[in-house]
Amino acid sequence: MSKLYSYISGAVIGLINGIFGSGGGIIAVPMLKKNGLEVKKSHATSLAITMPLSIVSCFFYAKNGNLNFSFAIKLIPLGLIGAAIGGFIIKKIPDKILKRVFGLMLIIAGVRLFTK
Amino acid sequence: MNIVTLIVALLTGLFASLGLGGGMILIIYLTLFNSTNQLEAQGINLLFFIPIAVLSIIVHTKNKLIDWKFCIPSIICGVLFAIIGTFLANIFGSSILTKMFAVFIFIIGLKELFSKESPKE
Repeated sequence: MSKLYSYISGAVIGLINGIFGSGGGIIAVPMLKKNGLEVKKSHATSLAITMPLSIVSCFFYAKNGNLNFSFAIKLIPLGLIGAAIGGFIIKKIPDKILKRVFGLMLIIAGVRLFTK
Repeated sequence: MNIVTLIVALLTGLFASLGLGGGMILIIYLTLFNSTNQLEAQGINLLFFIPIAVLSIIVHTKNKLIDWKFCIPSIICGVLFAIIGTFLANIFGSSILTKMFAVFIFIIGLKELFSKESPKE
């Protein structure tokens, strides 16, 4: 895997993460796959990249007054339970179907948000 | 906090840990159904994501699913651009960001829905 490609990928993932506060992972996965990583490894590795970027972005969101800390904290326990379930089923789930459902949901949400 | 918000938090954690864009689910829910402005929703998602990512990384490391060699240069460069991104987000403001986010997720949605599976899948 070329080091230059890693830097470029990081730049794109970081920019998306900073602007949209999400989406870094979904950009990272195809980039990692393109570099020969298998699907499950790409998904897992994308988290290792986006986690530190999210810490940095989060810090600057807070600095700019765009962080509702108390609300976010309340969501975390259930998020952790969901993540724990995800961690155990990642090797078993059929991500093909999941991706299609997720894609359809994003399209509908995109239209609704644009016309909001 | 209502039960729907908590269910969305659970699903977001699940999708996030799978690297399937869980954060988008939370932001979509907060902006469309919870009257949260775009920037605040994004901020909430970022903080929400951190502990989930840490937990997932621990589990995935145990499963030997993380390629650390690729991560380091990406993180170094990514941090710099994440800072640039946060400043751009602040300049755009919530209403412009909502439209940009809508276009972004629409494109991602099309890609997820119609992309062909690679042979490795």
